[in-house]
Amino acid sequence: MNYSVLIPMIIFLILIFFIGYWSSRKLASSSNFVSDYFLGGRELGGFVLAMTMVATYGSASSFLGGPGTAYTMGFGWVLLAMSQVVTGYFVLMILGKKFAIMSRRYKAVTMIDFLKARYNNSKTVVLLSALSIIIFLFSAMAAQWIGGARLIESLTGLSYNSALFLFAVSVLIYVTIGGFRAVALTDAVQGAVMLAGTAILLVAVIITGGGIPNIVQDLFNENPNLVTPYGAEGDLTAAYVSSFWILVGVGVVGLPQIAVRAMSYKNSRSMHRALIIGTLVTGIIMLNMHLIGVFARPILPGIEVGDTVIPLIALETLPPWLAGIVLAAPMAAIMSTVDSLLLIVSSSIVRDVYLNYIKPEADLKTIKRISFGVTGALGAGVFLLALDPPDLLIFLNLFAFGGLEAAFIWPVVLGLYWKWGNKYGAIASMITGITTYIALHFYNQEYGNLLGVHTVTFPVMLSLLAFIAFSLLIDRKAYSYEA
Amino acid sequence: MNGTDWRFKIAHREALIGIGLALFNFVWWFGFAYGMGSGPVEEYTYVFGLPAWFFYSCVVGFLLIAVLVIVIVKFFFVEVPFDEEEEEKR
Repeated sequence: MNYSVLIPMIIFLILIFFIGYWSSRKLASSSNFVSDYFLGGRELGGFVLAMTMVATYGSASSFLGGPGTAYTMGFGWVLLAMSQVVTGYFVLMILGKKFAIMSRRYKAVTMIDFLKARYNNSKTVVLLSALSIIIFLFSAMAAQWIGGARLIESLTGLSYNSALFLFAVSVLIYVTIGGFRAVALTDAVQGAVMLAGTAILLVAVIITGGGIPNIVQDLFNENPNLVTPYGAEGDLTAAYVSSFWILVGVGVVGLPQIAVRAMSYKNSRSMHRALIIGTLVTGIIMLNMHLIGVFARPILPGIEVGDTVIPLIALETLPPWLAGIVLAAPMAAIMSTVDSLLLIVSSSIVRDVYLNYIKPEADLKTIKRISFGVTGALGAGVFLLALDPPDLLIFLNLFAFGGLEAAFIWPVVLGLYWKWGNKYGAIASMITGITTYIALHFYNQEYGNLLGVHTVTFPVMLSLLAFIAFSLLIDRKAYSYEA
Repeated sequence: MNGTDWRFKIAHREALIGIGLALFNFVWWFGFAYGMGSGPVEEYTYVFGLPAWFFYSCVVGFLLIAVLVIVIVKFFFVEVPFDEEEEEKR
């Protein structure tokens, strides 16, 4: 076991626990438990808000998978990854002030609260959205846990099961105790760790590789395609890469775990600061992380498993203690994604289903007990699934983000800005989004991508058509946004 | 309350700015990447060791967008109260 790598990571985990504990003391004195536990009492400042968005979004896929793919594909994949810069400002500008005002007026704590209030308390809308969130995000979460456990496994030499246990306990303790504020605050710390970690690692990789011109020359000598936008095999088309602007760029507006953050800011000043910080931090982290992946290739050729590129290159180019600190970055990314997903899923169950339809008159004590209980039980459930992941889980995880985007983007965005939008449009849009996404997924797997673009593209367009058509055809009535 | 909430006018304008900025970002990113990157790889030029298409599309593009976001937020975005009570106090 490599103690000089492990010790900085353990210190990092302890720091995270401390923050969770500190937030829980603030929670104990709170007068509005539900809004505080699931939303941090709508008082997040600009820095914390920006970091929690970046950290939630920068999941295991962008921190381990992304650089790993860049290692294989070359500069073309960095180009693709840079489409994520748009999320830094787009989500906050689009949902922006109107979402903040409306969600306060509706007293919405979750994205589903917002949809429920906007679409005349439609039970179908609420249950349909709660169901998609629970199924898709639960699977996405399990996949992240597997990633986290693999990372601990590769660093410590512990068995996969022990690593998973360690990871599960750390996440559960502070999510269960501290709720949203703990998650947002630890996200802020984790975001800062990611920012510093990737910067240090990029510099170390450039120095080890003998400077950027040298590294690029090595790449060119190995395979000239690596320095083109078209990928190592020349098969990354402009249309395919551009379609990621929907999946990881503008479509992110429809992800519940991101949208809920756009309800949580204190005032428009914090929103403005978050816009600036979020854009800068997203861009820097994405650029650094993916360049590290590409530049690692001449230094450590022949890595087979993409996910291991970042840990291996960190151990290769940095002194062990520093590698430990830097590797806390992907760890941070995974943990912060997992904790937000956990909270979103449990809020869907407690807030959207239980409090709405099962027991609306529940008292504070019951709500508290149920919130902690559901969060804990979900964690335990994910843990059991991740021990021996069933195929269905991996399958659902594939749909998670694209499917949710196709389902929610129009009910949220058009619900906010288009007065003719109604519940029939919202229901049709969600059903169309999810079913066409799943259908197209199979088509693309069988016959190659339709028109060469990512699966998410057409379902997003079709769900837009469904939203407009059904809103205008059935029970057409203008919605009043005024109080 | 009569007519449109004054805060919504601001919110709508800022959402449109967001769409405009995203479109500009896409055109810049796409234009440099595939405009400069589609030629034969032997004829590539390099800036600071990076392929020129990548440097302009991703590095300069990102910095430019960051500057634009700062300018837009500082000079064009208006602070509004989010709570109804806050509004009534005005």
